[in-house]
Amino acid sequence: MSETRYTKEHEWIRLDGDTALVGITEHAQSQLGDVVFVDLPEIGKNVMAGDEAAVVESVKAASEIYAPASGEVVAVNDALADAPATVNEDAEGKGWFLKLKLADPAELEKLMTAQQYKDFVATLS
Amino acid sequence: MSEAPAIETPLAHTPLHALHVARGARMVPFAGYEMPVQYADGIIAEHTHTREAAGLFDVSHMGQAFLVGPDHETAARALEALVPADIVNLAPGRQRYTQLTEANGGILDDLMVTRSAEPDEDGVLMLVVNAAGKEADYAHIAGALPANVRLIRADHRALIALQGPKAAAVLERHCAGAATMPFMTARSASFDGIDCHVSRSGYTGEDGYEISVKANRVRAIAERLLGHAEVKPIGLGARDSLRLEAGLCLYGHDIDTTTSPVEAALAWSIQKRRREEGGFPGSERVLAELRDGPHRLRVGVRPESRIPAREGAQIKSSDGAPIGKITSGGFGPSVGGPVAMGYVERAFAEPDTSIVLVVRDKDIPARVTALPFVPHRYYRGS
Repeated sequence: MSETRYTKEHEWIRLDGDTALVGITEHAQSQLGDVVFVDLPEIGKNVMAGDEAAVVESVKAASEIYAPASGEVVAVNDALADAPATVNEDAEGKGWFLKLKLADPAELEKLMTAQQYKDFVATLS
Repeated sequence: MSEAPAIETPLAHTPLHALHVARGARMVPFAGYEMPVQYADGIIAEHTHTREAAGLFDVSHMGQAFLVGPDHETAARALEALVPADIVNLAPGRQRYTQLTEANGGILDDLMVTRSAEPDEDGVLMLVVNAAGKEADYAHIAGALPANVRLIRADHRALIALQGPKAAAVLERHCAGAATMPFMTARSASFDGIDCHVSRSGYTGEDGYEISVKANRVRAIAERLLGHAEVKPIGLGARDSLRLEAGLCLYGHDIDTTTSPVEAALAWSIQKRRREEGGFPGSERVLAELRDGPHRLRVGVRPESRIPAREGAQIKSSDGAPIGKITSGGFGPSVGGPVAMGYVERAFAEPDTSIVLVVRDKDIPARVTALPFVPHRYYRGS
């Protein structure tokens, strides 16, 4: 089972066993515009939920990406180095940022479901 | 992802606000106005379109005003008391870039000055100042004028820019003679019968025009220009990346009250007579910097990686000493990588000097680069 949860800061996290992929949402990429660089963390770095985990650079600005849950970075999406626009093209798929080995998968229950996130985004415009 | 907090101050609209919204622009607060930062295609596509075809920019938020005296010499001398450019010798129908300077040589704002081409408008100068500073600029200028020279705001006028290699062919279809106007000239014109004032100038490094027209007629002109396949609307995002690649200063970032025109590498905008005579605010410092060289200089910077260096990033020498700061930086779509401008101590200002940028506590190798990053393509006449 792979369920995706969402944060108010527009990150998504998708559980797969005791690891989870993290990226930014479709809404986030549309707000950022053209992504030109993603500054990814080093593998092995430990992050707490809410810590800065990556930085996404659009033409206009740099935006911090926060870890939706605590854990260790076990992989990063190296393909973004040569093709940062993948984040625009497929934000919630091929445009993932990093993979976390979760400290406590139960942390995800505090995050929004797809429907809750959709309702949240609707309140923003 | 972090977002800027919502700003609750009521924002002014330009006469093209409804057009931007109808064309799918994302509107953002800018200098007290709600302005389009980009349209649906996005900043990179808009930037590239402007370099390859033609882009239409709404710059109606900028301040337009007339300086009116009894004759050119009187109006020009009044303005020369505030700016380092030679205005007295500006020919009719010619335009010049200059700065409002402070007594300490800092820059209050930068502006374009045009001398009317009309024989019956001797003594009329047209000014275009930045949106953010216009109230302060007008107060500053009006407060320094002799009794026989007046500053008249032209708030009833809108301003649009048509920029790019196809701009001349497109404008010529509506405005006969536009295609043969040389860069930095201006004249009254008729756009399909609509009275306007056209200058061959811009803020992208490309050939192009700025068209000043009464606010109630600007939408008709904009819609007709956008009716051509070559022309797309361009937002402030691409305006910024275009001007950065062109090496052009953005007030409040690359120049401000702490930078002198010489430090800002704008000495070219101070003509010979003013260098000899001085007589503008801060001329003591500016003339000394022209003679002895400034302590620091604005330069182009090319990060040697894909990480953009933004405004505020520290610049260090290759042996780690702090030598300056980035004042504008981002991604240059035509360059295909990050580009920036900043100030460095003069000893490090030579193109190709190896420097180091500090981005998120990491050292990024970079090189001082001659400006512009993308060659200017102004039309200087045949």
